[in-house]
Amino acid sequence: MTTFDEIPEPDLPPPPAAGTVVPALQLRNVTKYFGSVLALRDISLHVDPGTVTCVLGDNGAGKSTLIKILSGVHQPSEGDLLVNGEPTSFGSPRAALGAGIATVFQDLATVPLMSVWRNFFLGNEPRRGVWPLRFLDTRTAKRTCREELLAMGIDIRDLEQPVGTLSGGERQAVAISRAVYFGAKVLILDEPTSALGVRQSGVVLKYILQARERGIAVVFITHNPHHAHLVGDRFYLLNRGQMTHEFERATVSREDLVKAMSGGAELEALAHELEGSGR
Amino acid sequence: MAEVSVQADERLLTTSRLTRLLRRPELGALMGAIVIYIMFATADSTRNGVFITITGTARWTDYASGVGIVAVPVALLMIAGEFDLSSGVMVGTSGLLCGLLTTEYGIPMWPAIALTFAFAAGIGLINGWLVMLTGLPSFIVTLAMFFSLRGINLGVTKALTDTVRVAGVDDVDGFDSAAKVFATTLWEPYNYRISVVWWIGITIVATIVLTKTRFGNWIYAVGGDANAARNAGVPVRRTKITLFMMTSMSAALVGIISLTRLHSMQAGQGIGDEFTFIIAAVVGGCLLTGGFGSAIGASIGASIIGMAFIGISYAGWNTDWTWLFLGVILFVAVLVNTLISKRAAGAKR
Repeated sequence: MTTFDEIPEPDLPPPPAAGTVVPALQLRNVTKYFGSVLALRDISLHVDPGTVTCVLGDNGAGKSTLIKILSGVHQPSEGDLLVNGEPTSFGSPRAALGAGIATVFQDLATVPLMSVWRNFFLGNEPRRGVWPLRFLDTRTAKRTCREELLAMGIDIRDLEQPVGTLSGGERQAVAISRAVYFGAKVLILDEPTSALGVRQSGVVLKYILQARERGIAVVFITHNPHHAHLVGDRFYLLNRGQMTHEFERATVSREDLVKAMSGGAELEALAHELEGSGR
Repeated sequence: MAEVSVQADERLLTTSRLTRLLRRPELGALMGAIVIYIMFATADSTRNGVFITITGTARWTDYASGVGIVAVPVALLMIAGEFDLSSGVMVGTSGLLCGLLTTEYGIPMWPAIALTFAFAAGIGLINGWLVMLTGLPSFIVTLAMFFSLRGINLGVTKALTDTVRVAGVDDVDGFDSAAKVFATTLWEPYNYRISVVWWIGITIVATIVLTKTRFGNWIYAVGGDANAARNAGVPVRRTKITLFMMTSMSAALVGIISLTRLHSMQAGQGIGDEFTFIIAAVVGGCLLTGGFGSAIGASIGASIIGMAFIGISYAGWNTDWTWLFLGVILFVAVLVNTLISKRAAGAKR
């Protein structure tokens, strides 16, 4: 597993004190069934602007269901979804996007064969001229794309380059900066580092902090407590569809997080077993 | 916005002009077209030397236009990740429909042409809608449409005319003006067919649509990754259905061009042409898997096919070999295109 033991913990500027801001996104006692299967039970969480909220969980913990509720794909069976304090119900991901909630899915964010700038503006192409002579404003598009990527600290030499030739981290960066540029207030990132090496993961974590600095509420979904602890302000742990722990950055160490996630006792037992097997 | 200085990654070389050129989908086809042109020009030069003359060019561009008018929309559809195997038979269907409407039902030429285009748009709509609704591969859906239309063409034509052709269109009210638009020749004494103008016009419009409009961006996106496109807010269904309709209507244009030129239409017209259109698009650099290709490429592909058909007869070779020639061209072109695009994409991580 990727560890970050060699990387010093970054000093994050403190997030706004709890209770002083209206959460950008909030779940209140949300339960979700699929037929007779209980996918999520009584989940409450809140995501504040300018903070990184990490949702941690192992496979099957209910992370995907949670993302889909937050991004408007599914509706809660019970409980409320609140956007800026208002109870809301999204009919579709489009509706969620309209409310400023952008989701970057791991592999479904960009079209590999299309150039960087075409991907950046896909679905929101700037145009000029009068119908029927309305054409893409290529110059504006390229300039904006370059500026936005630079603002996130990424320098892509050739915007005509197909996105498929970029590294995994750069591809995530394009997707993230696109969401930020198009006015995302809440940015939901689905396992953005899980397919990446140590260095690339570090790059993506940097983009997460950039988005945080811009006042965006970031929801970082991951199964890697090391990555989460480097950038998170608040941590929610899911296990088998239930919220097992909730931590604030100030009061939790990385070790606590790892332990809580793997269920400390279980891990020790596992370590024992592995040592016993003749190593 | 202030310029943020970012250290460039020293491992990445700047993109060379060559790489940019190699990234163009139609490069392989263009090189192939030049080679084939030189080949036929040489083979013909010892006989009568007509191939490279203005008259010879008028001949092969005429043949190429009949392919290219449909191959360009077929290429757009292929970039969007779909096939239309009914595009060939649609040429026959629309010619027959227009002919029957005028000769059997006494409808004047221009309204009949309008009805024919509307019918073709409807067939494209059905193709696209069925593909989107059922989720079946467009290969199967349009193959079914191909066979259905083939049967209808023969059945309806026989039932109404007791023959397998529709004739006598030149007596219809408005035929002369329609022939001026669809079947006249230009530039005496070389007699370029007006279909060449249609072909070039469609290529230019399609190129502008693909590279300069929002719709063009969507075409690449839905073919490259339909899920990512949907997540970005692209109307995937609408984009694909529109392209099915455009393909069908372009086949109708060729049908009407044939009808006005020949004054008649055979019930079997156009069958088999769907593969010629697809060959032109693929030779021109379209990926069968979608997401990559160009309109100019499809037109260069159509030119290669036109040169092959006309050039082989000028060179005095047995025209039976034309299809073998096209088969080899298809294979070599796709092989070269694949190698080039791998090279252009560079080492993927």
